[in-house]
Amino acid sequence: MTYTFLQNYWWILVSLLGGLLVALMFVQGANVQLINPRLDGLKKRMILNSTGRKWELTFTTLVTFGGAFFASFPLFYSTSFGGAYWVWVLLLVTFVFQAVSYEFAHKKGNLLGLKAFRLALAANGLLAPFLVGTAVGTFFTGSYFHVNKDAIAYRTSPVISVWDSPLHGLEALGQWHAVLLGLTLVALTIILGALYLIKSVDDHPVRKKMRKVVQLMAIPFLVLFVAWFAILMFRDGFFVEADGVVSLEPNKYLQNLLSMPAVMAMVLAGVTSLVTGLHYGALTKSRRKGFWFAFAGTVLVVMAVFFLAGFNDTAYYPSISNMQSSLTIRNSSSSYFTLLVMFWVSLLIPFVVAYIAYAWYKMDRYGITDREIEKSENKY
Amino acid sequence: MDVVTWSRLQFAMTAAYHWLFVPLTLGLALIMAIMETLYVVKKDDFWRKTAQFWMKVFAINFAVGIATGIILEFEFGTNWSNYSWFVGDMFGAPLAIEGILAFFMEATFFAVMFFGWHKVSKRFHLASTWLTGIGATISAYWILVANGWMQNPVGTTFNPDTVRSEMMSAQAFWEVVTNPVAVSKFFHSVTSGWVTGGVFVVAVSGWYLLKGREKVFARKSMLIGALVGLVGSAAVMLSGDSSGVHAAEFQPMKLAAAEGLENGGKRAPFSIVPGVEIPGMLSILATHSLDGYVPGINDILNGYTDNDGNVVPSVAEKMARGRKALDALAVYRNIREQYPDSAAVVKAQMEKDVQYMGYGHLSKPEDVIPPVGLVYWAFRGMVGLGMLLALMLLLAAIFAWKDKLEKKNWFFWLALICIPLVYICGQCGWIVAEVGRQPWTIQGLLPVNVAISSLSAGAVKTTFFLFLAIFALFLVIEIRIMLGAIKKGPKLTED
Repeated sequence: MTYTFLQNYWWILVSLLGGLLVALMFVQGANVQLINPRLDGLKKRMILNSTGRKWELTFTTLVTFGGAFFASFPLFYSTSFGGAYWVWVLLLVTFVFQAVSYEFAHKKGNLLGLKAFRLALAANGLLAPFLVGTAVGTFFTGSYFHVNKDAIAYRTSPVISVWDSPLHGLEALGQWHAVLLGLTLVALTIILGALYLIKSVDDHPVRKKMRKVVQLMAIPFLVLFVAWFAILMFRDGFFVEADGVVSLEPNKYLQNLLSMPAVMAMVLAGVTSLVTGLHYGALTKSRRKGFWFAFAGTVLVVMAVFFLAGFNDTAYYPSISNMQSSLTIRNSSSSYFTLLVMFWVSLLIPFVVAYIAYAWYKMDRYGITDREIEKSENKY
Repeated sequence: MDVVTWSRLQFAMTAAYHWLFVPLTLGLALIMAIMETLYVVKKDDFWRKTAQFWMKVFAINFAVGIATGIILEFEFGTNWSNYSWFVGDMFGAPLAIEGILAFFMEATFFAVMFFGWHKVSKRFHLASTWLTGIGATISAYWILVANGWMQNPVGTTFNPDTVRSEMMSAQAFWEVVTNPVAVSKFFHSVTSGWVTGGVFVVAVSGWYLLKGREKVFARKSMLIGALVGLVGSAAVMLSGDSSGVHAAEFQPMKLAAAEGLENGGKRAPFSIVPGVEIPGMLSILATHSLDGYVPGINDILNGYTDNDGNVVPSVAEKMARGRKALDALAVYRNIREQYPDSAAVVKAQMEKDVQYMGYGHLSKPEDVIPPVGLVYWAFRGMVGLGMLLALMLLLAAIFAWKDKLEKKNWFFWLALICIPLVYICGQCGWIVAEVGRQPWTIQGLLPVNVAISSLSAGAVKTTFFLFLAIFALFLVIEIRIMLGAIKKGPKLTED
């Protein structure tokens, strides 16, 4: 196996984890319904318990996505996390509140009251996809940093990656194209969440309301996504020459799409699958198809977006303030042997996916009912 | 305070807080799995209800443990940016493997364990309960592989082209995975979790007996908790012994600080408290030989000859050689593209001193001394409390086994007092391990002031207080909810 193969392989795996993370954010999208005034307390508790059986999967995927990025592309981890400090801290805080809110929300003695924890879950439901989307958006718009590996030899200022904006990540909110992706993800995850609730909550009023949510959000989502994607196709991209020099190239991402037919096929298949999911969720009585089509479509499209960012001689984490500091799959990865060892470990992933699927199947054979919530002792 | 100090405080606070929840997770996971196994084997519904009660307590504790775990992972990047690059090649792999192998197992089977009582078969449920605990234990292994590497960085080579420590062969990964420090840390930490779980179950059971409630439940829970805790105590002592030997071999300054040993030598004494010593005992503990040489703080500063006859240079000499290595590195990186032949010569010069490169970043030799008082007393706290806890668990096992729990209110109060003590004991252990490693993030390779992110002290100070407020809030809520669940009790009808 060559070093290049392993670098590409790990970019594909990171992309897959990114795709799964966004798709699994149906948990966040569904939790937004906890502040829906049209749902009563019992329905909200059904939703809480429905996402409560899956939130750890999303959380774990986030942790693994971070861990895999750290292990395979550590320069991204050190540059982005250490630089865009406030974005990552904010994301962290929302996830930390989410993690405890399930356990605390309905317990006596929780100090803040039920509504506060519902609000925390809904806030995570809106902020997490927005922040993740905006952060991924900067893969195309660029960020303000420079990398100087010589610095490690300096005794006074040895830090290699330095963020050039005093806002430490918050300046991304001024990059409207990145923000557009953040908003797209918010709309997408609300739809995924509604589709998940149609599948997993065995309650007619909830399903009816969730179908309305899908109907309501489908058009805004498609408009946001198409706008973001169209702008992406025609914006300048960060081309990496053979000697590693980075330069701006017009329509770079359109070129990437045209020169990687497999990625184009993924985008087409993903979008088709997503639209099919929207159709089943919004316009038919089907309970499961909507979610699974949308889920698969999301994974494919997000993977394709990562491929557009990183493959075909493109800098996936470009620097606006110092273009030659831009991160590429080649200059930011771990060494050959680290990637090789992790390649062998990654062969266990199908086994992990298999037991998750089996457990999911066993647990979700029957939807959550109001009776179960009223009678069961094991609930959030 | 500067950004290094605030970053250290923030990470220390997060790690210490995380370790309030992890040991109980590890210990309760085993205890409730044993209880559920008894339910499946004996077909006795009592054990199902008993296991379910402890699972509720487990779930309350589990959530905060998970929440704080992700903060630690993020903080490696947010606050220790240089560290992330410098060691990502070595350190990232165990973290990624932890995610793939352990976290998904925990997450998947926790949901089945907690919600699946009426959804899956008895055996599948039992397997899920065991797998939740096994997942937590595998997770502990991989994170301790990473931590063990920070104490004893094996299998790594500095690459001046990428300016980081790298894995240069697949064999190196095996060295990292089987690092003796990691292996003994794993057993020490996991089995200390069993002690925590054991003490917790014994104390809560004792509280029910103190109140005259849930007597059968309490006695049987106490017996299982005490036995698990006792096995844990024995394993903690054994792995603690090897930890001492490893500290002597790989981190002599940590050992010297833990003993407050200014001047070492052969037949070094073990300090019980200042002024009270056992002659020769430290040599026996550290080297398994009465005549083993144990260096003191001054010996390490001034240089010494170790037990294998190797001359260990003084810190001043290491610093001088480290600076030579840093200077050579700077020159090498300047000329490597234009003058590759000259660069190769400079690189060879750098490699002569590269093992001390981290020392080149220190300001003065005394920088290598960790806070001696804190490490010294934390060590005594860990050992002393560990022995007290083992004694309490032994008494609990005897009383519960012989069913002599009547009129033992003094013991129930002792057990209750042991709940805060077991947490203090665990915190002391981590203070010895982590504060004792200072000023290094990676022992001998990367001091904390070089591992840092380019942030202002104000930014980290702000997040420090933000996390402090969040942690305090969660802790108060967690304790209130847990006390509520315990007061409510398992509601068994056998009494």
